[in-house]
Amino acid sequence: MNIAVCVKQVPDASDVKIDKATGTMVRDGVPSILNPFDAYAVEEAIALKEKHGGNVTALTMGPPQAAEVLRHVVAMGVDDVMLLSDRAFAGADTWATSYTLGLGLKRLDNLDLVICGKQAIDGDTAQVGPGVAVNLGLPFVAYVRKVIEVGGGKMKVERLIEDGYEVVEVELPAVITVVKEINSPRMPSLKGKMKAKKLEVAPLSAADLGAILENIGLPGSPTKVVKVFSPPPKGKRETLVGTPDEQVSALVDRLAGIKVI
Amino acid sequence: MDYFLTDEQQEIRALARQIAEEKVKPVRAELDEKEEFPWEIMKTLAQADLFGLYIPEEYGGFGGGSFDNCLAIEELSKACIGVSVSFAASGLGAYPILLYGNDEQKKKYLPRIASGQSLAAFGLTEANAGSDAGGTATTAVLDGNEYILNGTKQWITNGGEAEIYSVIAMTNPSRGGRGASAFVVEKGTPGFSFGKKEKKMGIRSSATTELVFENCRIPKENLLGREGVGFMVAMRTLDKSRPGIGAQAVGLAAGALEESVNYARERRQFGSPIISFQAVQHMLADMATQTEAARALVYAVARYLDSDPKEISKASAMSKLFSSDVAMKVTVDAVQILGGYGYMREYPVEKMMRDAKILQIYEGTNQIQRNVIGAALIKEAAGKKA
Ligand SMILES: Cc1cc2nc3c(=O)[nH]c(=O)nc-3n(C[C@H](O)[C@H](O)[C@H](O)COP(=O)(O)OP(=O)(O)OC[C@H]3O[C@@H](n4cnc5c(N)ncnc54)[C@H](O)[C@@H]3O)c2cc1C
Repeated sequence: MNIAVCVKQVPDASDVKIDKATGTMVRDGVPSILNPFDAYAVEEAIALKEKHGGNVTALTMGPPQAAEVLRHVVAMGVDDVMLLSDRAFAGADTWATSYTLGLGLKRLDNLDLVICGKQAIDGDTAQVGPGVAVNLGLPFVAYVRKVIEVGGGKMKVERLIEDGYEVVEVELPAVITVVKEINSPRMPSLKGKMKAKKLEVAPLSAADLGAILENIGLPGSPTKVVKVFSPPPKGKRETLVGTPDEQVSALVDRLAGIKVI
Repeated sequence: MDYFLTDEQQEIRALARQIAEEKVKPVRAELDEKEEFPWEIMKTLAQADLFGLYIPEEYGGFGGGSFDNCLAIEELSKACIGVSVSFAASGLGAYPILLYGNDEQKKKYLPRIASGQSLAAFGLTEANAGSDAGGTATTAVLDGNEYILNGTKQWITNGGEAEIYSVIAMTNPSRGGRGASAFVVEKGTPGFSFGKKEKKMGIRSSATTELVFENCRIPKENLLGREGVGFMVAMRTLDKSRPGIGAQAVGLAAGALEESVNYARERRQFGSPIISFQAVQHMLADMATQTEAARALVYAVARYLDSDPKEISKASAMSKLFSSDVAMKVTVDAVQILGGYGYMREYPVEKMMRDAKILQIYEGTNQIQRNVIGAALIKEAAGKKA
């Protein structure tokens, strides 16, 4: 089973700061990590490969430093990597990103499955997975929480929906996005770490991919960010004081006052 | 301190540290409380390729040595030595095969141990054979193509959990010290069962059980080396593995020191953090110095062992003796620095102090280590005169 995983380098969300003046995220000095949702995609890809054989390739589009996330996933057990890196890719929205990743994926022969994390924690759009499927002309299943079985050119999965899950059968090759319920990502291995240390990542440019320039980067992005802002805190807050008895009767009065009890 | 580790050694340390932080620390108190064997963590260590550090590549290992293994043990021990002993005891069970097994035996057992697919264990101690292995009463009698084992081993680490056991038994009791032999016995062999699981003061997540042999028949091919070298196998195995106990001690002491420094900076009495009191600082300074001295000795001995010298008993004994005494003292002092909080299970140093005691007992008590060192001194002095 030949599997590709799309991964993204994102700023560590545990200390994100917003520049009050510009309304954009401060990226300077913020450590970069593998998008946490992508770790589940990588784990699932490696686990499927261990079960069914084949190989796992990880792709990322990003600046040259994004090679770090590729090293990270090689340490976990990914076999091959592909870095799509070019100044012309900069400023891509989910549309241009899906197109570019699609071009990278088309270079892989005999691909059976593409796995993406459900969304990236910096943009939170959850659009790139389905976008990639459209670009490749492949069937797509979102929010997969379990792979039930693979065989006979098909795959049966459970996909998370609001109040339960659906069992879906999909023909391969296909694209899926996975949710965190699907597995628990493994630690790196020593052999993987040694391999990652020696890994040389040769980036592929827009020209290497044969990309149409008006489809990539900022020019290829129909979405324009007009303004980024932190929503103002909503609603009025009040702290009730006094003994527990006093607080309870004050609370009851207040709730009765707004007619909820 | 920089010990000039190679790239590979730095990776081993970083990986073991990550596992200790993310997988061991969060569960150590619960494992201790429930006396539960840390299978999840063993699987993580297996997947991380850490079980085969000291095993040659041709048998599925990483091809490193004692030192590489000690680095991993130390990092795990900073979090919990109940966990790290379960990891390290697999090595103790593997050494007899590594040192005395023939190629076929190595091919059969070592890849399973190196991958972490199977744990190993080492069975020497019996009710009447502790420090004095000469009291061994378990017998192995050759009957055609099989040996028949009878007897009971006690306090065997990884008992019941391991699948591969290196066991010492008497093949010729009348020859005394030269009448013992070493065997590999696999879990599931008819006549081989496990006795009670011990309730212990510390390292409570590790499994310590009896191995019971009742007319247990094993193939003749499971003999390691030849008949009569059993005690030699045991002694050389322990010589090889003792720096690992030293590494456990260094890790444990370092873990206790870290807790103590952090706490002393936070805790305020008489209007200041207690670390501002010279009495506390001096205790911490001694703890840090002793821990570093133990680390330097363990690293030096492990590296020395990896150069494959002839005589290793003395150095090996020193690495275990000194560091385990340090770990005991440092953990007692850590509890002192935390005061009443240190005595409570809510804080990790309580467990660390309980755990530390075993390091002065197993793989040969510290009295026995001093005997070994003393005997070597006598031998060396006698050698000089001649
Ligand atoms: C938790 C745990 C795990 C263990 N795991 C294993 C294992 O995996 N495999 C295994 O084979 N064994 C194992 N052991 C056994 C361990 O190695 C022995 O307990 C140890 O060697 C001491 O033997 P003993 O307990 O019988 O003490 P004893 O030999 O009875 O000693 C009692 C006291 O007398 C002292 N003493 C004895 N002889 C002398 C002497 N000649 N000179 C000075 N002092 C002396 C000792 O130092 C000690 O203080 C384990 C033990 C424990 C507690």
